[in-house]
Amino acid sequence: MAKTKTPRGRGATLLIATRKGLWQLHSEATRRTWRLAGPQFLGHIVHHCVADIRDRKTMLAAARTGHLGPTIFRSSDRGRTWHEAKQPPAFREGSGRVVDHTFWLTPGHASTPGVWYAGTSPQGLFRSEDGGATWRGVDGFNDHPQRKAWCGGDQDATPDGPKLHSVLIDPRDPKHMYIGMSSGGVFESNDGGADWRPLNHGVRADFLPNPDPEYGHDPHCVRMHPALPDRLYQQNHCGIYRLDRPAERWQDIGATMPKSVGAIGFPMVLHARDPDTLWVFPMDGSSVWPRVSPGGKPAVYRSVNGGKSWQRHATGLPRKQAWITVKRQAMTADANDPVGVYFGSTSGEVWGSRDEGRTWKCLAAHLPHVYAVEVA
Amino acid sequence: MRVLIPNPLRSYTANAAAVDALGKTLGDLTRDLDRHYPGMRFRIVDEQGQIRPHIKFFVNGAPARSLAEPLADADEVMIVCALSGG
Repeated sequence: MAKTKTPRGRGATLLIATRKGLWQLHSEATRRTWRLAGPQFLGHIVHHCVADIRDRKTMLAAARTGHLGPTIFRSSDRGRTWHEAKQPPAFREGSGRVVDHTFWLTPGHASTPGVWYAGTSPQGLFRSEDGGATWRGVDGFNDHPQRKAWCGGDQDATPDGPKLHSVLIDPRDPKHMYIGMSSGGVFESNDGGADWRPLNHGVRADFLPNPDPEYGHDPHCVRMHPALPDRLYQQNHCGIYRLDRPAERWQDIGATMPKSVGAIGFPMVLHARDPDTLWVFPMDGSSVWPRVSPGGKPAVYRSVNGGKSWQRHATGLPRKQAWITVKRQAMTADANDPVGVYFGSTSGEVWGSRDEGRTWKCLAAHLPHVYAVEVA
Repeated sequence: MRVLIPNPLRSYTANAAAVDALGKTLGDLTRDLDRHYPGMRFRIVDEQGQIRPHIKFFVNGAPARSLAEPLADADEVMIVCALSGG
């Protein structure tokens, strides 16, 4: 796969959403030194904070507190000032459903400025057409006659609540979308969300009686390559997968991971330009699913051939007794050349690599439990 | 009537610890509060009209468990954020 060169080093800004507020990390052009700014929303549980790549000014943050219900905060000056949404995501009155929190935020298609999508816990899909000020449910999903069957009941929920995440918009067609659900699986819409269908064949669900069901899977994080939108990757509860549309069957690309490490984790990170390069952060999925670095030896695994093989990268990371957990939104990459890769841990550290994942440096420590890391 | 506002909601009231609001029921009162302090109601009452799990209302010092609780102009309503830290 040919790689396209882009201008070097603009530096990077990272949005660090935590269980106790929002921080930003700013670097200079070389990304050698970083400055931590914040907190904002101290004490708020910030599930996700995302910058709008279409205007480079707008940011949305999904927040709640231990007491107060979920809301969305909006900034139109890159996070200097924030205003609360007038109408945050909420299910229709009378539906009996209540949004516990907004979990995932995605800016809409480049041709639809002001459009954003939100995924919630429990599983709901919402759309804003005014930059996040007001939100309406996407009825084609929320009222779909199969939704209850796809999502299951409370017994099918992940420990922190069932979630709709990984809202992906095809850059070639704003009506072509994918979503991921834990639980539920991956679903596709070709009509802007009016109808949906499951897209899970080939993905194991070894926690269900039928190991290859149509739906009911647990994709932890699904990504679409921006330069090759027919290429999808997912880090799943049951391994790592790749799908090249129009194929319908996911290929297991986690089988080539070392057996002692396994193919279980939460995040999935793609290279901004090369569809064959991706990063995962394996965690222990054995016995009672500890979800920490296997053996206490954290490492990032990188593939440069679409998942055919993997390289272990741990230089700079602790060599032992480091039991790191990285959540599904807490690992990301910038678009510099070479690409910078970043992750935040539930123990409040943020790590960065400015050489495409080969070597690592701790950029910040002593933060609260990190929920999400995004490049602004 | 007088409404006592807990700390976590004072970002809506410009830090006022007490405000005045109207309503014949607790539900009416929350809607009046939302008119004056937009966004406040959804933080304490969900989209199905239920008081959120960690929010409590007291009317003249007595717990009120329903938004249908009737109110009189002379009542004092206290909104409390229950223990939910950590």
